[in-house]
Amino acid sequence: MGKLFNVSASPHVRSGATTSTIMRDVAIALMPACAMGVYQFGIRALLILMVSTLTCAVTEYVYLLLTKRNQGPYECSAIVTGMLIGMNMPATVPLFIPIIGSVFAILVVKQVFGGLGQNFMNPALGARCFLFLCYAERMNAFAIPQKIGTAVLNYGAASVDGISGATPLAAMKAGETIRLFDAFTGFTGGVIGETSTAMILLGAAYLVGRKVISLRIPVAYLASFALFLVLFGGHGLDWYYVACQLCTGGLMLGAFFMATDYVTSPITKWGQIVFGILLGVLTGIFRLFGNNAEGVSYAIIIGNLLVPLIEKMTMPVPFGKGGRRHG
Amino acid sequence: MGKWFKQFFNGLIKENPTFVLMLGMCPTLAVTTSASNGLGMGLTTTAVLALSNLFISLIRKIIPDKVRIPAFIVVVAAFVTIVQMLLQAYLPELNESLGLYIPLIVVNCIILGRAEAFAYKNGPVISLFDGLGMGLGFTFGLTCIASVREIIGAGTIFGAHIMPASYEPMAIFTLAPGAFFVLALLTALQNVFKAPSATNTPNAKVACGGNCAACMDGGCVANREEIARVNGIKEAEAVAAKAEAARKAAEAKKAAEAAKAAAEAAKAEETPATENKEGEA
Repeated sequence: MGKLFNVSASPHVRSGATTSTIMRDVAIALMPACAMGVYQFGIRALLILMVSTLTCAVTEYVYLLLTKRNQGPYECSAIVTGMLIGMNMPATVPLFIPIIGSVFAILVVKQVFGGLGQNFMNPALGARCFLFLCYAERMNAFAIPQKIGTAVLNYGAASVDGISGATPLAAMKAGETIRLFDAFTGFTGGVIGETSTAMILLGAAYLVGRKVISLRIPVAYLASFALFLVLFGGHGLDWYYVACQLCTGGLMLGAFFMATDYVTSPITKWGQIVFGILLGVLTGIFRLFGNNAEGVSYAIIIGNLLVPLIEKMTMPVPFGKGGRRHG
Repeated sequence: MGKWFKQFFNGLIKENPTFVLMLGMCPTLAVTTSASNGLGMGLTTTAVLALSNLFISLIRKIIPDKVRIPAFIVVVAAFVTIVQMLLQAYLPELNESLGLYIPLIVVNCIILGRAEAFAYKNGPVISLFDGLGMGLGFTFGLTCIASVREIIGAGTIFGAHIMPASYEPMAIFTLAPGAFFVLALLTALQNVFKAPSATNTPNAKVACGGNCAACMDGGCVANREEIARVNGIKEAEAVAAKAEAARKAAEAKKAAEAAKAAAEAAKAEETPATENKEGEA
């Protein structure tokens, strides 16, 4: 008597993670790669990152205000989208490009379909592909980093005008060999956030440690891509070539930060592995047999479109259901 | 005479094939890369549509009912062949840029739709006017979409630069995705402003858009009932809105009168007060 029992419905153990804490973690994890980009490409890279992030946040806020949907706490997903858009730009672009891209990502890819959770495609990647189709020349004017020795500058026609040049990936497509160490540390040309594999892995380790992402998608992605290269790359089992391919382009950024987007990746365990393998094969096809040197962004958005099918295919059967009787 | 023009404007505006019926989406999306392409495609289709409507209407009594679709296709294909030969002879550039889409006019659903729904059941002259109206409505729609795409995607219209030199054209708008962006935006605007379109039929579950004025197909009794029901709702709403407006107007009048009266009263009060002040001074 007199004892008070609490009666509550399940779940009884809650994780405490909310959309905003997860998004904050992702933003923190993106910081090292951003910092490396700013260190390499100078203050202009910082400006681009800030403009894209600010535009995303403002666009989302204004849209929610105008459509009277600004209920609930503010989640930082627009900030992450903005950072990713900025990281996907070469540091040479004029500032109107990140603004257009951010507005497109938030309005057309995300909010028009119902906002966070309803977007069928990663907004940052949607914007990246949109901008690549809109301003192909501007988006391919990759900056050559300021803080490097002369040895790395000899990619293709890089040293001719000293402003922009081929990325290591394009150089490899043209049949040249590159220095793996430079590609790993990030002292190469490319877009702001993709050059440094080391910094991206640092951020990814933080996310994995905080249990924000699981390794299923990235590992399946990278492994299947490596296998595809060994089988069809024309170099056989050349570990140096495979490692160079893994460390260059947007592969690492895409595998750890974009393919793992909660909204646009499968939630089932096997679905995530199927999704990763699909992305690896598509990226391999685009990189080896496509016109462009890079194919990560197209691979991921095509994968995004197939997510509902993958989930349907891999839906787990509850205990007691299924089996022979239920066919 | 009036009947003919009514049918003409029906196709041009009220049942515009692009914006309202949403027919012929394939050429709408594919050839509207520049304003001149859109205009050219529209006028080509207009020529075929008007002539095929006329001829199908002329021979409608001798076409057996069971083979009417093949018969329509033969007539349409004959006119498309003629038009394509004319284009090759006199407008080779347009012919080049429209390419495959000219032979594909044969299976354009506006043409088959008008042949089946109108020309097969009506006299030749009114069918000709229907074809002209529908065709020009299609031309208008294509030219509108193509102009938007050309202005944004290339900074020009009919090849003439109109955007400031600092404007960098967004090339995606002249590619296939741009067609979907522009069309989706247009349809969204139509829905927002509640303009009639195939995707915007308030309260109605009718796929045809609910415009029965020129639809001669008697097989959609259910649709007609549904539309009658919706029209009833609409009318009731209109009556209610009218009554509401009248009530509001009356209220506003009353309020204005009251305010006037109050102001007069205040004035009346004020005057003695000032007099008193003067008296005190």
